[in-house]
Amino acid sequence: MTSPWAGLTGRSRSSSSPRVEAAAARGIALYLEDITVSFDGFRALNALTLYVDIGELRCIIGPNGAGKTTMMDVITGKTRPDSGSAWFGQNVDLLNLTEPEIAQAGIGRKFQKPTVFEKHTVFDNLELAMAGNKSVWSTLFARIAPVQIERIEEVLQRIGLLEQRRAIAGTLSHGQKQWLEIGMLLMQDPQVLLVDEPVAGMTPQEIERTAQLLTSLAGKHSVVVVEHDMAFVRSIARRVTVLHEGSVLAEGSIDEVQAHPKVIEVYLGV
Amino acid sequence: MQQFMNAGGGSLAGSGGLAGAIRSDRGGQLFLCGLLAVIIVVPVLNLLVPEGSALHMSSYTVTLLGKYITYAMLAMAVDLVWGYCGILSLGHGAFFALGGYAIGMYLMRQIGTRGVYGDPVLPDFTVFLNWKELPWFWHGFDSFPFAALMVFLAPGLLALVFGFLAFRSRVSGVYLSIITQALTYALMLAFFRNDMGFGGNNGFTDFKDLLGFSLQSPATRMVLFLCTALSLGGTYLLCRYIIASRAGRVIQAVRDAESRARFLGYRVESYKLWMFVLSALLAGLAGALYVPQIGIINPSEFSPANSIEIVIWVAIGGRGTLYGAVVGAFIVNYAKTYFTAALPSMWLYALGALFVLVTLFLPNGVVGLMAQRLRRTVPDAAPADATVVPK
Repeated sequence: MTSPWAGLTGRSRSSSSPRVEAAAARGIALYLEDITVSFDGFRALNALTLYVDIGELRCIIGPNGAGKTTMMDVITGKTRPDSGSAWFGQNVDLLNLTEPEIAQAGIGRKFQKPTVFEKHTVFDNLELAMAGNKSVWSTLFARIAPVQIERIEEVLQRIGLLEQRRAIAGTLSHGQKQWLEIGMLLMQDPQVLLVDEPVAGMTPQEIERTAQLLTSLAGKHSVVVVEHDMAFVRSIARRVTVLHEGSVLAEGSIDEVQAHPKVIEVYLGV
Repeated sequence: MQQFMNAGGGSLAGSGGLAGAIRSDRGGQLFLCGLLAVIIVVPVLNLLVPEGSALHMSSYTVTLLGKYITYAMLAMAVDLVWGYCGILSLGHGAFFALGGYAIGMYLMRQIGTRGVYGDPVLPDFTVFLNWKELPWFWHGFDSFPFAALMVFLAPGLLALVFGFLAFRSRVSGVYLSIITQALTYALMLAFFRNDMGFGGNNGFTDFKDLLGFSLQSPATRMVLFLCTALSLGGTYLLCRYIIASRAGRVIQAVRDAESRARFLGYRVESYKLWMFVLSALLAGLAGALYVPQIGIINPSEFSPANSIEIVIWVAIGGRGTLYGAVVGAFIVNYAKTYFTAALPSMWLYALGALFVLVTLFLPNGVVGLMAQRLRRTVPDAAPADATVVPK
């Protein structure tokens, strides 16, 4: 299988700024610069600038209302920013694409509340998520190929739901639904995975398995995790970004961030 | 009863296609067998059994059955968008009526000099309105292929434009339902106007013949009946194929978790739009089969209450099964025929009560109840009669 990064690196954009060139040299997967979003005068994002490297696992933390979900909305095309730029790799301008186009380009998003197709089987959920031509006409005549079944089984194995493949997704436990949703993202073959609060409501065992799953994905994919559970963040993150009032407050390793005086002031509440 | 648990179809082995879809669809097999029986038995009882015999089926009954079958097609079209896409259209009567008007215009042109005023070109109502020439949109309707094209084009285009605007703006839920009501209401008011050129409140009637065959002859009526029954079967197979295909599973996924589907890369709007257009085409065809059998089309077909009634048929039969829509259309319309003859003032109360009772006690409709009974009685052979009353 070709690397999911094919097409993302190596090419240069015609109208690229020096900063973008520098970003390309470092291998940046996701590039947000000076993003501002306001809702009725409330600045949900305030000149947010954030880079996510290719293959890294990044945790985003921040108090409620810091702009974490809005940031994901901007990246996935749900919300259009008032100003700023958002690039996926070096040549995909996210602000010109619709949600399905962004998904097709290679950004997968897991919602805060596990969202799977409850009436479909686990297998069907993954089949529908599979990368490929998703137009009405082609899905009307689509037949699943043996290689695609293998791919689905591989993902089932990975998310630990091989035995539940024929189960109706609505009957899965909360944790299993979270994994199924992550599995659906994997079926898309995305380069960037945005994962919103993956361990909310999970048991300690489930949290541990989720941590293993997410760390195993980093490297092949860039993984951006928004999470409140600090123990979980500590167990997976190499780099942590703290958001506060719509912009980046601090960035670094979990220890650096936790020792940062501003972070202690606004977030850790000491 | 696997198929009731996994309405999505979708087999792991990938044995897709129509054959695979029907093989796992017990209710659909039953429905198709029933339809086949009707196609064989009705012509025999009507044409071969002598009129004096107790087994003879009158042409009146054949026409009534034909009418129910067109309603069943209409209900199936509504179930396709409501049961599977989650789009509650309260305006499908408009597509049905447009299909009916298209064929009605052809039938009006066929009357020729046999009309009251005997004008070879102008239909009676235009002579009555003192019009000197045929309105431009009546040209071409003397040709059956053109009219047949319009049967699909008129409702299809309306659904395309309406659906494009509504789905692109992400109008959904109750707002969409209200707009569809407004759509059919607006069309009703427009068609009531004499100067629209569609016969005003009288609509079209007094048809003579279709493709040269008299609409009064039992043979023509039987052919029309058979075409209607075959169309219902074809509609079922087409819808079943679509529902079992990956596209069909996508539309159900959109119904259950729209944003998930969108973030997986599906253009949700176009899935909704094409299902809506297809549904409108099927409703138009049903209308076109209805009019020559019933012999009249007028603007009351556009009335908002009509469209709401279709939704009630589907709810009573059981939505999201396709054949449930057929069952519902037959039950309600048979009851309507009975009540409006026996206790005319009670019909609307009966309809309302039926709807309330089904919503309260049979959320999956009549076919849902039958499936439930089968599930209960098949595994343990003990009679389950004492336990089936839903609480």
